[in-house]
Amino acid sequence: MDDLDALEAQSVFILREAFNKIDPIGLLWSLGKDSCVMIWLAKKAFLGRMPFPAIHLDTGKEFPEAYAFRDTYSKEWDLDLIADDCPPIEDVDAGLPPASRFAARKSLGLQQAIDQYGFKALITGIRRDEQATRAKERVFSPRGVDNSWDFRKQPPEFWDQYNTDFPPGTHVRVHPLLHWTEVDIWRYIERENIPMVPLYYAKNGQRFRSLGEIGITEPIESTATTIAEIITELEATRDPERAGRTMDHETEDSFERLRTMGYL
Amino acid sequence: MNANNIARERAFPIVIVGHIDHGKSTLIGRMLHDTNSLPTGKVEELQSSCERRGAPFEWSFVLDALQLERDQAITVDSTQIWFHTENRRYVIIDAPGHREFLRNMVTGAASADAGVIVIDAKQGVSEQTRRHAYLLHLIGVPQVVVAINKMDLVDYSEDRFKTVEGEMQTYLEEIGLTAQAMIPVIAMHGDNLATRSEHMSWYVGPTVSDALDTFPRATAPVERPFRLPVQDVYRQDGRRLIVGRVESGQLQIGSEVSVWPTRRSAKVVSIERWASPGTETVIRAGQSVALTLDDELFIERGHILTLPTAGPRSSNALSVKLFWLSRDPLRQGEYLTLKLATAEYDVVIDSIDTVIDVEDLSRHRGHEVEQNGIAEITLRSRSDITYDLFHDIPTLGRAVLLDGYHVVGGCIIEGGGDIETASRNLTAVPQSVNAYEREAANGYPGAVLWMSGLSGAGKSTLAMALQRELFNRKINVYTLDGDNVRNGLNRDLGFSEEERDENIRRVAEVAKLFADYGTIVISAFIAPTNFVRAQAREIVGDQFHEVFVSADMSVCESRDVKGLYAKARRGEITDFTGISSPWEPPENPDLEVNTGELSLDDSLKKMIAYVEQSILKSAK
Repeated sequence: MDDLDALEAQSVFILREAFNKIDPIGLLWSLGKDSCVMIWLAKKAFLGRMPFPAIHLDTGKEFPEAYAFRDTYSKEWDLDLIADDCPPIEDVDAGLPPASRFAARKSLGLQQAIDQYGFKALITGIRRDEQATRAKERVFSPRGVDNSWDFRKQPPEFWDQYNTDFPPGTHVRVHPLLHWTEVDIWRYIERENIPMVPLYYAKNGQRFRSLGEIGITEPIESTATTIAEIITELEATRDPERAGRTMDHETEDSFERLRTMGYL
Repeated sequence: MNANNIARERAFPIVIVGHIDHGKSTLIGRMLHDTNSLPTGKVEELQSSCERRGAPFEWSFVLDALQLERDQAITVDSTQIWFHTENRRYVIIDAPGHREFLRNMVTGAASADAGVIVIDAKQGVSEQTRRHAYLLHLIGVPQVVVAINKMDLVDYSEDRFKTVEGEMQTYLEEIGLTAQAMIPVIAMHGDNLATRSEHMSWYVGPTVSDALDTFPRATAPVERPFRLPVQDVYRQDGRRLIVGRVESGQLQIGSEVSVWPTRRSAKVVSIERWASPGTETVIRAGQSVALTLDDELFIERGHILTLPTAGPRSSNALSVKLFWLSRDPLRQGEYLTLKLATAEYDVVIDSIDTVIDVEDLSRHRGHEVEQNGIAEITLRSRSDITYDLFHDIPTLGRAVLLDGYHVVGGCIIEGGGDIETASRNLTAVPQSVNAYEREAANGYPGAVLWMSGLSGAGKSTLAMALQRELFNRKINVYTLDGDNVRNGLNRDLGFSEEERDENIRRVAEVAKLFADYGTIVISAFIAPTNFVRAQAREIVGDQFHEVFVSADMSVCESRDVKGLYAKARRGEITDFTGISSPWEPPENPDLEVNTGELSLDDSLKKMIAYVEQSILKSAK
């Protein structure tokens, strides 16, 4: 077993625990590299077909390449796709900085999906190495009734015995990729030959390292046109992955504020 | 090794522990900086943030990324962060030193392959240092280094270092941990972290990063006995896939496996995969797998697959060493849930045998275990627990304890044995009348006569005749059949394969309750597969008597009392047993009654003779 096998085995274990213990459950598909890897892992865990819906929180502001990718691979991967529109920007707290306010539409969209479909848990593709705040997460992370995250009151989690039973009203986020790094993700994409939105690959000297919506995501300077070149680039860089995400940097704590409000 | 190769292997997980303010976070922050592992701009970002707040910059701020933590100046939760030496990549788990956050320290440390214990040279070994060292040992972190920090505050004194070193050495030896190295450091200035100190020439041992690089990686225990705890069972294309993660050992396709606790066995037919074409015919520790077997045994989550030759242990009581995380003290007689691999057991605290004082390692008897306390206790379960000793197979020899929704502790299994109780039928709330008393009062034991057979075989007719005969003899008897169950208890169920299985499972549970009450239960259901009948036998237990009402398909179809066969042949009924859904005749029934060959009267006589012989015998 090499290290990618070990990462895969652990994620498959987590996905099977979630499916066994929590019903109904859904998987959040941002169309980005991490959630595509997660769907791939789910297909491995459940031997070909993901037995729960993939949810795309649609703000209407994805790049055209991302929508094309969604349309193609929701069919190709035989996904049970839920792609409802997020509530409009007017519904979001106007006190937030502009990009954070835009990103917060997803939090409302998330709440809407939970209310409408009754999901008790959602599987998301966050990783500990992405952002300092995410380093504190549990694999099975309980949220309050209002979807808020209180990192001080997290339950103990050890020996792969996840907290799967919660009092009524608790909502759970499941994180099967928590232990992966950005380089791990790309090495796995390379090994498994997993299709990706083409915006990740350099064109005219630029590529997206982290993919969000039009207007709040900036590309990086890059000449990496293949997975191998992307891996080489990442191994050399000391820039943070989410540097291109505007809302993380508007104020010192804006990402943290988004998180406590229920943002991924 | 160059940077590219380092990035392409899995990070080595280490945990940093120690008393609050002894300098754990400073050590990590400085280590990240000295090994060039920080993102561009991180230190500058924090320095400017400190300036705005009018506070001096500290290395620990690198980790204390959350605003609230900076304000309170303590590390609340465990944080993970990556760094690399010249030789390999590490993921550091910074565990909080504050006593209140021990649960987070355990959360962080449990996934580490090695630990660094940080001690303030001036303050020396504290109670919290000892507790952390003890817990590292208890949760199975096998290797440690000790960093004796803030050497500048004791004038780089070798004597002071030797004193603290000696004190820690003695403690670690007593609990059975060996430190790879004891290193004098000044975390704030980076002395002896990644670079050798210029102030302590008397020290000739390794730096912290050198010492870490010598730790061997934890490897999956492939050489130990095979253990596959069942996580789930999936149905796919009419097959049942047993899924789970191999915790230890290895297994070849075609091997025979034993299932615990049912102690049935079957052969492994195939390993199922998606998008992982491979010709590998062996599964090994660490892999998440899906298997098919050659026999439809009753298998469910919590069962364990092993090789027939090297099985696990099984008993209704365990001796464990426990760490207790709940605010409320643990007391004898409390009921908890034990989660061991994928199984869950209801357990009662039978006794608190020894409470261990981590300060001086003294052992004394106690009536309760306080929060963050460590003790040896005996747990008792209503059913047998399948397990291994922690020493033999760690993942099958440790368990988490829950009180309701909350994780309240963890334990490692050091021994086990059966505790004789007044009744093995002990339940979470013990019944005040047990099965033996009921049997003595009634003059016969409760029992379940489980009749199965094709539609039209005569199950209901025979069941009703038998019920009348036993009732006439003043025996408590009740018949469960499709009509009285499908219209009430199971009216939410349809006729798909899953729903039919669930129907039978519920019937078996109800039958067990009636039998526990002392009734003779007659059940009359098709129960078409070995799987559902095995499950029913499992649920009911010793009181289960399997009766096969056999009649050839042709006989049943010619009778066709309800006209169902005709409808099924015309396709008006789907999933009809024997025609459009499978029928597996019972292989080893306790009694077979062939209603195609015997008259109703003779069939009834045969059944009565069996009941007199096998159930009512104890009445004599």
